[in-house]
Amino acid sequence: MLLSNQNILSTKELTKQDIEQILDTADSFKEISTRVIKKVPTLRGKTIINLFFEPSTRTRTSFEIAGKRLSADVINISGSSSSTTKGESLIDTARNLEAMNPDILVVRHKYSGAPALLSKFVDSPIINAGDGSHEHPSQALLDLLTIRSQKGELEGLKVAIVGDIRHSRVARSNIQAMQTMGIKVCVVGPPPLIPVEFKYLGVEVSHNLREAIKDVDVVMVLRIQLERQKQGLLSSLREYSNYFCLTQESLDKARNDILIIHPGPVNRGIEISLDVMESKHSLILNQVTNGVAIRMALFYLLLGEKNANPN
Amino acid sequence: MQSTLLNAKDISRAISRISHEILERNQGAGNIALVGIRTRGVALSQRLRDKIKDIESLTVDHGVLDITLYRDDLTQGLQKPELKKTEILFGLENKHIVLCDDVLFTGRTIRAAIDALMDFGRPTSVQLAVLIDRGHRELPIRPDYVGKNIPTAKSKRIQVLLNEEDGEDKVVIQEHSN
Repeated sequence: MLLSNQNILSTKELTKQDIEQILDTADSFKEISTRVIKKVPTLRGKTIINLFFEPSTRTRTSFEIAGKRLSADVINISGSSSSTTKGESLIDTARNLEAMNPDILVVRHKYSGAPALLSKFVDSPIINAGDGSHEHPSQALLDLLTIRSQKGELEGLKVAIVGDIRHSRVARSNIQAMQTMGIKVCVVGPPPLIPVEFKYLGVEVSHNLREAIKDVDVVMVLRIQLERQKQGLLSSLREYSNYFCLTQESLDKARNDILIIHPGPVNRGIEISLDVMESKHSLILNQVTNGVAIRMALFYLLLGEKNANPN
Repeated sequence: MQSTLLNAKDISRAISRISHEILERNQGAGNIALVGIRTRGVALSQRLRDKIKDIESLTVDHGVLDITLYRDDLTQGLQKPELKKTEILFGLENKHIVLCDDVLFTGRTIRAAIDALMDFGRPTSVQLAVLIDRGHRELPIRPDYVGKNIPTAKSKRIQVLLNEEDGEDKVVIQEHSN
């Protein structure tokens, strides 16, 4: 019944059973967001702290709405307004917050491993809401939910992940979760943006967009992370677009029922063209809707786990 | 040891009678809707709907309620029961809602179900139909339609088996609870 881990730090730690349980629970939660009164009393009296040291609209709002629809009290702390700007260390900040007895900490940080580090110093369950180039597990889970809602089954599907694989925490979390669920993954992008080590993850590597997406069920387009492009890995954005922008033309050999997802925010015209983004294949807004359900499921299942051993 | 309290015929007769009672009390099927509480209340509500259709040639609205999120013991260290979907796809306004469940015991499930229903709208009234009322209420809740009253010791266990879920229709009592 319960998840095998008290923190959600990495999709590596999630078993197939965990993922299935999270997706099934999220499926049941979807309906709540369509009600006139979008709230159930389940987590009344629980406190959730969103600790975001990196900018975010979608993810932070999604976690906040998820908590509020379950009647938890949600507190948002952003890096720029926190005491870390006065020189307080991350661990001290978390310990002080812990002293106010929250039930879950949701952490986003620009450094890989920051949420994992915090989990060693605090007792509350921690959800990694994105750490550097490392992982973004709730994003991978909502992607799986979006795909499963359309395809019914995950086992045996083929997915291409296109773009800046090197800097993408979404790609890492998805590759692991998808492989756990029996999905075949191919990563696509220019050689500087795909570290050679990726071949050890058991994924196919391609540098030709049109060939790579020929027979896949789903294309996941990643954002070119302009803030992480200072090492000169790309000669120019225009060159990148010429080869790797998902356009109607690049889809001409693809399957008719291909699904297109993107974790957002989108750089229109750089990694995906406007018409493709607005086409019937695109599930970008479904992903956002499903994100709330996934985060509700995580809160529900994690707080259940904590309560499973009372006293 | 277990003994059978109701067999398939008894259950079918009870459902027939309850259907007539619902129709009599609400002056027909025009404004009523049935909502089954997961798991076995759902089968019960479907049978009532089918019976009402036989009698009145009218299919009444039907919904499914999962009360897990409204339970009062969720945070008391019990293992989380598996969450299933709630499906109420019609408006509750100006309707007499008949909640259906298999066994009425402490009344806590019904309290949760009423709270859940109210989040979907404001029905004209909420009525309660149960197959078995075994007493031992912990809240001021009473059923409007009862298949059979079965006074029991609190420690005993009543089990309702329905074809849709269990492959057979009967109600049994476990003499030695564990």
